[in-house]
Amino acid sequence: MTPDTGAGRAATGMTASVAEIAPRQWLLALLPLVLLVGLLAAIVWSGPADAVRGGGFPPVERLTFQRVTLEPGAIVVSVMNDGPDPVTIAQVQVDEAFWTFSADDGTVLGHLARTTLRIPYPWVDGEAHLVKVLTSTGTAFEHEIPVAVETPRPSARFFGVFTLIGLYVGVIPVVIGLLWFPFLTRLSSRSMDFLLAVTVGLLVFLLVDGAHDGLESAAVLPESFQGVVLFALGAAGAYLLLEGTGAWLKSRKASDADAPERAGWVLALLVAVGIGLHNFGEGLAIGSAFALGEAALGTLLIVGFTLHNTTEGLAIVAPLARARQRVALRDLLKLGLIGGVPTIGGAWLGGFVYSPVWSVLFLAVGVGAIAQVVGQIARQMARGGSPVRAMASGPVLAGLFAGFVVMYATGMLVG
Amino acid sequence: MLKLTRRSWLQATGVSSLAGSLVAGTRLAGQGAGVARHPAHDAHVMGTVGRISADGFTPSTFLRSWNFSDLAPEERAKFYRETPRPDGTLLREYEIFATDREIEIAPGVFFPAWTYNGQVPGPTIRATEGDRVRVTFQNLGTHPHSIHFHGWHPPSMDGALAGQEVEPGETFVYEFDADPFGVHLYHCHTVPLKRHIHKGLYGAFIVDPRASSGSRPPADELVMVMNAFDTTFDAENEVYAVNTVANAYLHDPIRVAVGRLVRIYLVNLTEFDPVNSFHLHGMFFDVYRTGTSLTSSERTDTLMLCQGERAILETTFRYPGDFMFHAHQTEFAELGWMGLFRAEEPRRDT
Repeated sequence: MTPDTGAGRAATGMTASVAEIAPRQWLLALLPLVLLVGLLAAIVWSGPADAVRGGGFPPVERLTFQRVTLEPGAIVVSVMNDGPDPVTIAQVQVDEAFWTFSADDGTVLGHLARTTLRIPYPWVDGEAHLVKVLTSTGTAFEHEIPVAVETPRPSARFFGVFTLIGLYVGVIPVVIGLLWFPFLTRLSSRSMDFLLAVTVGLLVFLLVDGAHDGLESAAVLPESFQGVVLFALGAAGAYLLLEGTGAWLKSRKASDADAPERAGWVLALLVAVGIGLHNFGEGLAIGSAFALGEAALGTLLIVGFTLHNTTEGLAIVAPLARARQRVALRDLLKLGLIGGVPTIGGAWLGGFVYSPVWSVLFLAVGVGAIAQVVGQIARQMARGGSPVRAMASGPVLAGLFAGFVVMYATGMLVG
Repeated sequence: MLKLTRRSWLQATGVSSLAGSLVAGTRLAGQGAGVARHPAHDAHVMGTVGRISADGFTPSTFLRSWNFSDLAPEERAKFYRETPRPDGTLLREYEIFATDREIEIAPGVFFPAWTYNGQVPGPTIRATEGDRVRVTFQNLGTHPHSIHFHGWHPPSMDGALAGQEVEPGETFVYEFDADPFGVHLYHCHTVPLKRHIHKGLYGAFIVDPRASSGSRPPADELVMVMNAFDTTFDAENEVYAVNTVANAYLHDPIRVAVGRLVRIYLVNLTEFDPVNSFHLHGMFFDVYRTGTSLTSSERTDTLMLCQGERAILETTFRYPGDFMFHAHQTEFAELGWMGLFRAEEPRRDT
């Protein structure tokens, strides 16, 4: 790179270089864009694809179900056309019967257009139903409601119920897990390494679990949303953001007098944030199960999540215990709330304004956050050495495995 | 997290357990077991939405048309001619062509059909026993087709044997004597047969008894072809109907007169499903299976017909008002094969 080029100067300082770009250079930058616009116009005008398809070729029709809600005596379905050609909704069949319906935003949908179909259908509590949308070409798009349950609408009672679920599943278990702290501080240094390894095992499990769920949700998104790429974007974004935050906290720490004590606190905070983001995705899934009309929540599920998430509290306090530092009860509680409370927010969001896109995005954020935290802990365990070598000791390997197994076993409770 | 596998837990445990354990004493809205929360099941909310476009095939016209009687005389002469023969019978000449055409089978739902003369079912052909039927068949479609008539005919007129398909652009003349009297059918017999039939190549073929065989009393006569359409081409029908258009007679009831004999020529040409049926509310009808006898074989309100089976039904409306009729396979009925008769007191003009 020679110093007299625009790019070379840009590397030295963004604001300065922009000011220095001559009008002629702007023209050079715009030329390809102008040509591109011309090319697009030519493609639209000449329609080479139409020449291949011919006049009688049937349109490519795609219709995805965005949200299905059940009201007393009615099924409300919002659909989106994510195909290239317009789709005209002609008829609706529910459970193999033509049924009347009204469409809020018309029945002719262009690319990425949505409409909401209101079907006055006497659905049956707890039973399965099948909604089929017939387009003008007779193409059928189906959505199954495995268990019909009235969809909660934002009301004081449902806010209460979702908050309670969030408390049971997220906040309380995490806080209970924190109570291991006094016990942990009495452990030997070797036991400590084991314990941190357990934490890494727990987190790696959550990472795998979250990635699986996120990619699964991504697969059913309309193709236009490019679910897997969206997932990768969310995960990478969260990872980099936390990495930056961690570096910033450390740089502050460097100037502090009580540096070694803060190291444990910073790591615990990062773990809590990572777990909090993960729990937000978990709450979202619980709430959206309601919203999709796909599920009725069971006590066993709640019990499973509660057990599962107690181990998350353990993960948060392990770095603190290892740093052998005193922590005020108030600060401990703060960490617990950071890790647990997002479950409630997730449940609200999932239950009342569910969108599959958000689901993918939040699961991705959880995965990215946890990946970053795993990296942080591994680096701390290495104490400046190679993280790989630090992991290779017997207690650490045993701890990793134990953490994974604990999560796996409690995970079985939630299917 | 809460996908597929966990759903099984959700199903197994149910909401009421959650409500019971988490919100003790209260219930989630709408979970009151056995409490009727749904509005009354209004019959009018079931069925298709909208009406078919007026410029296409009209089921109510098809019902009472045969030998192109729905066309103006000049236009009709292009497709149908009668010439008396020395023995008193008629030579009936028909112009039938096969053509590809998109048809509306439910309001707004279009099906890429193969048709006889642009309509499904094809034009009803009606002759008297002993008449000579001469059908000039022209294939204007994109695939080979044929016409296979049910009735007495020599193998050369069968339309189904190897080499008897009529290639696109070609013409073949089918000629035979109308025999026996009854209600029959015609359809394309080119392979793959299922596709050629469900795409729409079929119609009714009625043969009236000659004077020496006896006669049927005068009646208000209706042609009904039970059919269905597989719009997704997965060998299962999405739309069922009598005379093609789902719910057509529900929105536009068949008007009949109280006290007047009604005769229905009923043909089953439903593809993929082994049987179809006809059920009439509040009434009974006399059944003449295949119409080959002038003596009724049974009196019933529900008749089951295999694919290709047909029957003549006779009844007289006793009361004025609406009488529902539909397939008694409720699935077919709810997918479009349901209609209404509207019986009215006859006008006393004289």
